[in-house]
Amino acid sequence: MIKSERAAPSSRNGNGAKRTSKGLQYATSRESTPANIAASYGHYIGGAFVPSSGGESFETANPATDEVLSRVAMGTPEDVDRAVAAARKAYERYWQPLKPARRAAYVYRIARAISERARELAVLETLDNGKPIKESRDFDVPMSAAHFFYYAGWADKLEYAARGGRLPHSRGVVGAIVPWNFPLLMAAWKIAPALAAGNTIVLKPAETTPLSALRLAEICADADLPPGVLNIVTGDGVTGAALAAHAGIDKIAFTGSTEVGKAIQRSRAGSRIPITLELGGKAANIVFADAPLDAAIEGIVSGIYFNQGHVCCAGSRLLVQESIHDEVVERLKERIEVLRIGDPLDKNTDIGAINSRAQLDRINELVASGIAEGAVLHSQTAALPGNGCFFPASFFTGVGPGMRIAREEIFGPVLSILTFRTADEAIEKANNTRYGLSAGVWTDKGSKSMYVAGKLKAGVVWCSTFNKFDPSSPFGGYRESGFGREGGLEGLRPYLELAP
Amino acid sequence: MLEARAADFSTRSLKREAKRAAIDLAIRCIDLTTLEGKDSPGKVASMCAKAVHPGYGAPAVAAVCVYPSMVAVAKAAVAGSGVKVASVATAFPSGLSALDVKLRDTEAALEAGADEIDMVINRGAFLAGDEQLVTDEIAAVKRLCGDIHVKAILEAGELGSYDAVRRCSDLALEAGADTIKTSTGKIGISATLPIALVMCQSIHAFYRRTGARRGFKAAGGIRASKVALSYLVLIDEVLGGDWLDPDLFRLGASSLLDDLLLQREKERTGRYPSPDIIPKD
Repeated sequence: MIKSERAAPSSRNGNGAKRTSKGLQYATSRESTPANIAASYGHYIGGAFVPSSGGESFETANPATDEVLSRVAMGTPEDVDRAVAAARKAYERYWQPLKPARRAAYVYRIARAISERARELAVLETLDNGKPIKESRDFDVPMSAAHFFYYAGWADKLEYAARGGRLPHSRGVVGAIVPWNFPLLMAAWKIAPALAAGNTIVLKPAETTPLSALRLAEICADADLPPGVLNIVTGDGVTGAALAAHAGIDKIAFTGSTEVGKAIQRSRAGSRIPITLELGGKAANIVFADAPLDAAIEGIVSGIYFNQGHVCCAGSRLLVQESIHDEVVERLKERIEVLRIGDPLDKNTDIGAINSRAQLDRINELVASGIAEGAVLHSQTAALPGNGCFFPASFFTGVGPGMRIAREEIFGPVLSILTFRTADEAIEKANNTRYGLSAGVWTDKGSKSMYVAGKLKAGVVWCSTFNKFDPSSPFGGYRESGFGREGGLEGLRPYLELAP
Repeated sequence: MLEARAADFSTRSLKREAKRAAIDLAIRCIDLTTLEGKDSPGKVASMCAKAVHPGYGAPAVAAVCVYPSMVAVAKAAVAGSGVKVASVATAFPSGLSALDVKLRDTEAALEAGADEIDMVINRGAFLAGDEQLVTDEIAAVKRLCGDIHVKAILEAGELGSYDAVRRCSDLALEAGADTIKTSTGKIGISATLPIALVMCQSIHAFYRRTGARRGFKAAGGIRASKVALSYLVLIDEVLGGDWLDPDLFRLGASSLLDDLLLQREKERTGRYPSPDIIPKD
């Protein structure tokens, strides 16, 4: 089961969910909007696409097919220099002096352009990332547009963003580094508030998913955004480190692994550069015996299998009250059988591809550790597509609190199920982690819900729901899940400096 | 979260062969219904004729559903066709008569030859907290009906929450109802996909507990083929392919058949025909 490259023949429609002979046969329904991917891309610096100073480039591939989609420039420290210089020039010449209402108009224009090109962006995101089209179409892209719409409204109202009558102003050049799990959305989370607050930005997309950010650069160019206000430098971890350490930036916004987040913070220790970090998580999803189970099962499924579990706030530790453990396990077994895994471009697909071979290896390694430590793995029995990176929807029972699968972020479609007896025990176990990004509480009793939610050390606590997002709602972590918030007023403030 | 999952059922794509088969399956699962104060023998007989021969080679529907006083007419009209006659009973649609009146109502339908009884549960008693009365009434009707198929109408739109829908589903199944049915079709909120999802979860839980397969009927407000196909997807994904059968799944509707026939012709010819070719009953 843990060998994902097993030679499983894909079924007729690429979706291998087991059907009875009497069952319905869905037709493959691939989203056909063309993504118009160029053969190669340079960095987007100062309003133009430019090649890498080192002349090097790297491939980005579709993880569902291993097919190479394009070649993109490998960013060097010189490229980062150029991008930061372009951003500085744009900040001083165009963006900072611009009337705030005009800045708002630009940000609105970007939001509208994302909406207008939503289908194309969704296909592009699905090709480069591997996530199912129904998620890129219904979540990533509309939510990205929503962030631009939301922050556009702030651009000329910044004086209301500070407490105590202090006047806020922009910081300067923002260096932003984003991960591969929600490439466009994470870029939007940073670009929208940065621009609305009057900053310019240099963004480094993830190595495996650069295409949607580059498309966003084209969209900004079409929107006549002044050159240098948004710059994109593609590359790997070395490129990201060069950006994070660059002397010319005034603020760092990072979303990614806790390991890299710590490295950034170490490299910036002693400097006055403000940093926001949104890092990993191992969220507890707590289900009490009095929870509405029909809804809770759906919440558990969304919590861990949304985006193949490549979600920092995934509900990856299910804490279920002992009395209903067996029932929940039985129902989850049945539920994962009807999840359709396969071609991400097919509108019927629920679970798409793992983003990269490296991530698939990491999932396999952690799953193997869970088995070795004595936990029991349950996986959906559907045939996986013959090529590409796929991992079946899975969960572990018999998980001990000290096992790696109970403590480390798997970042894949693998849930660890543990039990508790009382509310206080649930709280203790939920908080027994180095992370603290999100949590879920499922109970029909409002008072218990509030009591537990108030004691959870997590940035977001969902009560009787999971994975709900809104641009006006702040999102961020406790402890090793990072600091700073994104979304809402709290997500705007890190991009503003307050006059003393 | 229930709504989110329910929304998925409408996005699955059924095309070509699979769509044609699904349309015919939906037709075979229909309880073609007329439940109006103006129902007359002529209207009922006309509807029954269409139930047996919908036209254009389409299969017959599962049953017709009428008031008790129309059962005899319906029975004669569908005689020999295999189409069953279902009758609403137990003081449909409110269900607020004395139990002996409800039982007599049911008896009248049975005497007239009804093959299936669509009873309404006592929502007033449920909302007042008297679950025992709800259960007892269903059990009493089932006792009276014996082997005759009993569908318990929950009138989910009056129950106020998904939890209450789930609770009533569990009660009705435990009390012996052969099928649980969403609605009377007489109030604003009738069948919805999330309500159906909750009810089917209950049926599935009952199956897991006892090994017995009980049925589901969605009724009220289902007019479009696309919606009917979404219910088939729901049944398939929640209960499994074994439930895609008129013995275990019904669609209670009056005008849905017309749209299914229209879509059926469209699938057959590749063009939308004029709605005027669909026979009106």
